[in-house]
Amino acid sequence: MAARAIWKGVVHVGTLQVPVKLYTAVVDHSVRFRLLHKTDKQPVKQQLVSAENDETVEYAQVKKAFPIARGRLVMLEKEELEKLEPKDSRDIEITRFVNHGDIDHRWYERAYYLGPDGDQKAYFAAAAALARKKKEGVARWVMRDKSYVGALRAEQGYLMLITLRHADEIIAADALKPPGGRPLAQREIDMAHQLLQALHDRFDPEQYKDEYRERVMELIETKAAGRKPKVVKFRPKSKETDDVTDALAASLAGMKKRTARG
Amino acid sequence: MAEEDDIEQPAGMRSFWTGTITFGLVTVPVALYAASRPRGVALKMIGPDEAPVRRRYVCSKDGKVLDADEIVRGYEIEKGKFVVVSDDELEAIEPRKSREIDLRVFVDVDDIDPMYFERAYFLVPAGGTNKAYRLLAEVMEKGKQAGIATFVMRAKEYMVAILAENGILRAETLRFADELRKPSDVGLPDVPKTAAADVKKFENQIAKHAKKVNLREFLDDYTERLEKLVAAKERKKEDIVRAPEELRDEDEGGGEVVDLLAVLSRSLGGGGARKPAKKASGTARKKAPAKRTAAKKKSSAKRRAS
Repeated sequence: MAARAIWKGVVHVGTLQVPVKLYTAVVDHSVRFRLLHKTDKQPVKQQLVSAENDETVEYAQVKKAFPIARGRLVMLEKEELEKLEPKDSRDIEITRFVNHGDIDHRWYERAYYLGPDGDQKAYFAAAAALARKKKEGVARWVMRDKSYVGALRAEQGYLMLITLRHADEIIAADALKPPGGRPLAQREIDMAHQLLQALHDRFDPEQYKDEYRERVMELIETKAAGRKPKVVKFRPKSKETDDVTDALAASLAGMKKRTARG
Repeated sequence: MAEEDDIEQPAGMRSFWTGTITFGLVTVPVALYAASRPRGVALKMIGPDEAPVRRRYVCSKDGKVLDADEIVRGYEIEKGKFVVVSDDELEAIEPRKSREIDLRVFVDVDDIDPMYFERAYFLVPAGGTNKAYRLLAEVMEKGKQAGIATFVMRAKEYMVAILAENGILRAETLRFADELRKPSDVGLPDVPKTAAADVKKFENQIAKHAKKVNLREFLDDYTERLEKLVAAKERKKEDIVRAPEELRDEDEGGGEVVDLLAVLSRSLGGGGARKPAKKASGTARKKAPAKRTAAKKKSSAKRRAS
């Protein structure tokens, strides 16, 4: 079953061009709830009202304003805001190629597959070249009146475009001071290290399932059938010890026992 | 679980989740905070009377204006028919996973395909002592390891990677494998054999334009243009309106200046932030910002204003 493309464009790699179609690569399986009025179980709706007199305001009457200081705003006309929008274009400009891993995953926002739009030869050659060079492209494009920066990557022989977050959205870890305290004892570090090694494995995403989603649907069915859902209280594990060293030692001892038992 | 219209507390700077990370028998009490600032500038809505506009909820049937405690969550089982579920019921489904991130597997950070990462949160020690926190951070960072688990936050289960950078633990939610489509799901054609000459042409272009990452490219030019326009109008004293203190919409949260970096620094037990907050920029929304977004964006607007 082929998905519908959400957009079409042309990737420009230097002097070369690759016509592409864009497909979303992520799906959301979340259970959707609605907000309801408690007494009559009817959906709520949002209303805009004047903060001055609580009179309703139509959305069409609303103007936008930019806050410049406490209690001071600059009004912006619709036409003024429209003029700021980027110019429409079908071009996906690749401004540079960087090494794999140079763009930290924290920048990645949303992934799209690119599919060939006609010229399959150029499309697959571009994907193969990116993979061979172990590079990803920094892409800029305008889609539906918004400008985007993205990473052009090769995945399994195909091209992907991943939108990137903006520069000041990310708070760098080194902008913060880590929690301090007395230096950690080498023995504790060693034990923690051993524990992590014992728990080391390959990343296998297939192993993790959203079981909660199904349980929520079960809850809804139970309630829809007029039955009372079972309510389980949380009981914290009986804490063996609050002492980190003891906890580490006990963990490692338990680990060894398990291994010995085979 | 995303609500269609989320009544979110105005403070985006509040902790999203508090609970415990466990590895082996070691427990690390933590609180989760957002690790990124909301995008763009929150433009305010102004009504025809030049007064700020605020949102309120009303019942779609009887039009009654509703307070937060008169609103519940429901799932539509058939058109117009809803089953109400309470937060307590949702938490009782997985009481342990709602309070605990149990790390039973540690993997090499590089082993995780970057496509999986969804959203990052900083973890801040929440217990009496931070020793276990520092120990886990130290060992994971040195070994470039990430702990993997699933947990439940705000009525949704997440796969999560716990990792450490600069002595600070981070929780990064991951997409479940079935939330990432495969090329075959999209209907892309099979990968054909490519002619070496065609590939070479692209390799040459790639080599020609190979450079280092420049973060300036990640700046958002829309907000820069918006800020320029605003500055010009301010200079000319054009279209400036005043919103009296008591009329400012409720998501201003009493006018308290909230900066994510400051909140995090305080929670981590340090003094101030190491660096001053960067200049805010981003894409201003075309639509009226949602209440929660508007609230979170306040800090960026404030920074600019100061």
